[in-house]
Amino acid sequence: MLMRIQFSEAEDLKLNMTAMIDIVFQLLVFFILTFKVVVMEGDFKIKMPLVTDAPQTMTEDMADMIPIRLQAGVNGNIASIIVDDNVSLSDPTMYQDLTKLIEERLASEGNLESESETSVEFDIDYSLKYSFTVKAIDAVSGRKGPDGVKKLIKKIQFKDNKKNG
Amino acid sequence: MKYRHKRTEIMEGDLTPMIDMTFQLIAFFMLLINFSEVDRAEEITLPSSVLAVPPEVRPDYQIILNLEPAGEVIFEGQRQPIALLNPIFRRQITSAAREGVADPGEIAVIIRSHEDTPTGLVQELIAKCQESKLQSFSLRVKEQPN
Repeated sequence: MLMRIQFSEAEDLKLNMTAMIDIVFQLLVFFILTFKVVVMEGDFKIKMPLVTDAPQTMTEDMADMIPIRLQAGVNGNIASIIVDDNVSLSDPTMYQDLTKLIEERLASEGNLESESETSVEFDIDYSLKYSFTVKAIDAVSGRKGPDGVKKLIKKIQFKDNKKNG
Repeated sequence: MKYRHKRTEIMEGDLTPMIDMTFQLIAFFMLLINFSEVDRAEEITLPSSVLAVPPEVRPDYQIILNLEPAGEVIFEGQRQPIALLNPIFRRQITSAAREGVADPGEIAVIIRSHEDTPTGLVQELIAKCQESKLQSFSLRVKEQPN
């Protein structure tokens, strides 16, 4: 008996891509919709040792400490900055003036290099808006010039302050 | 007269470049997606600073506290008044100890406070943390481009 073998015509095998393209586009839409441009954030480290009941004595740390008072005005805006209990800054350029004062102080102590041991203690009115506090921290931490950042004070602390303003 | 019937064919464009491009876009977005934003509360507008720099190394254990102007702290999506934070701190200190940070003083407390918050509230929050022996604090601000 003669057997016939039929050869079928060779055909191109084509995958159905529609489903994959659908899901890929859905993924793409998901990622586009959830994409957010993240603003870079940075930190200011502050030194806040635990409060002890022991009476405070004059230590070397305290001798190298610059007390800065931030006074709040209307609506929690900044009214004035008092440095060392005697220099009062209240102009619109008070933050630049504060930076200059700190620079002069460090220079007079021969301590202008970035690894200064001098610290700053902020005594801040309760109602002062936080953005003004950060500006003051910025002002004492350093200065950004065309030749880069000049670091000033590294040790920053807050005076223990109860609701007074 | 003879008519020849042409075989009708379905015209198919070459989809390969488009699929390639789409996959590259997906890879791009997947790499950029940031899951670390869980701790960042959207409601908080941080004050900006020229000098603050992103931390170079991540602390071994950190607690991120988002402070609103009204005095409520958003921690892991939950709002709490400052006065009621002690149980949260206790849980975090226990959790840190399990991860090898036994000393609460070594836990980094990152304060993300809204720019309009009275500074007194930030100090209250710090004092509350100190009650639980936490003493390493960072004030988080957003970088201000020049």
